[in-house]
Amino acid sequence: MSSIPHRVADADSRNTATIGKAVKIVGQIYTKEDLNVDGDVEGTIESQDNKVTIGTTGRVQASVKAREVVIFGQVQGNVEAIDKVDIRREAKLIGDITTARISIEDGALFKGSIDIRKPEPKPAVAGAAGSPAVAAPAAPAAAAPIKTY
Amino acid sequence: MQLQEKFRSIFHRGSETPAPARASSHAGSSHASPAHSGPNLSFLKSTRKELQTTRPSRGLEQFFFNLQGQVGLSILDLAGASQQNIDFLTNLGHKVYSANVAYSMDECFGTDPSGQMNPGRIDYFLKSIFDYPPETFDGILMWDSMQFMGPALLNATVERLTDIMRPRSYLLAFFTVNDKVQEVPAFNFRIQDSKTLLVTERGLKPTGHVVNNRSLEKLFGKCESVKFFLSRENLREVIVRR
Repeated sequence: MSSIPHRVADADSRNTATIGKAVKIVGQIYTKEDLNVDGDVEGTIESQDNKVTIGTTGRVQASVKAREVVIFGQVQGNVEAIDKVDIRREAKLIGDITTARISIEDGALFKGSIDIRKPEPKPAVAGAAGSPAVAAPAAPAAAAPIKTY
Repeated sequence: MQLQEKFRSIFHRGSETPAPARASSHAGSSHASPAHSGPNLSFLKSTRKELQTTRPSRGLEQFFFNLQGQVGLSILDLAGASQQNIDFLTNLGHKVYSANVAYSMDECFGTDPSGQMNPGRIDYFLKSIFDYPPETFDGILMWDSMQFMGPALLNATVERLTDIMRPRSYLLAFFTVNDKVQEVPAFNFRIQDSKTLLVTERGLKPTGHVVNNRSLEKLFGKCESVKFFLSRENLREVIVRR
């Protein structure tokens, strides 16, 4: 009964690593799960198939490479996302962006270039092309990409 | 279960596109808006909306006419990053460079106009916003920022701009026609389509330099051509071909 919400919370936290407010990391970060950065990072961040979120207190002087990058804090460095870059209102980004899609809120400070690169369409597998695109939004909580590891 | 799904769909829509969701929330979900922000913020937003207008722009039309049929160009947009401008330019297949010249001017010179004569500050300003290799851009959207620059800053900026523009590239800039006023409204410019702008007033700012057609031709003397369009809003829209 009451154990259901706890299980959901546990599953979420297990799939997300967090660099806390009071933490500073100098070097290379490579992760196979989602990453929240609330502290300071200098170097590189790579999370190829996952999402990297730079929190409001996050300060990153690093290149960031991920499936999806969400920025609430400050980033100085190039950002590369396979899927989407999301720059929120209070964010400050100085660097070049390469991504397939971008969302930027009014008020965000951005200096750099934006290069939109649409992912190359995968060769169609006979018969199964239409159904996965419809099925994917129906189960967003399943976090399917993580299970590939 | 059904109620949960309804909530999920409402919140999901809100996070994807905040503005339309706010507009459509009048329909029924009055309890959803307090969760986003306090009542004061929505009041401020509603007053800000009144200052927004759309208007046609011959200068913008000419700018995109000159670039039509080409893709993969490098366009520098100095209005600050905005979703509309980025979407419009990237949908045309161009690479967008973004910077906020108004923010950088405030940061470097503050409100004191004499700061715009300080060579050290001018140098810092140019390095902070135009630190690109020579002949990088095929188009520069300067908007109205040049009319707030004093003569020294304006000349230095134009010199730097001609350096980072490719030969036969274009620059769009707006100047007020009214030379009797000391302050003119500053605007944010959002591209609606190739000939229409959504303009939002940012308040009044002192004009740094009174320009007319002849002084503009002199200012862009190194460039191949300067073309003027007079708009109904007392604006002189200028297209410069490097």
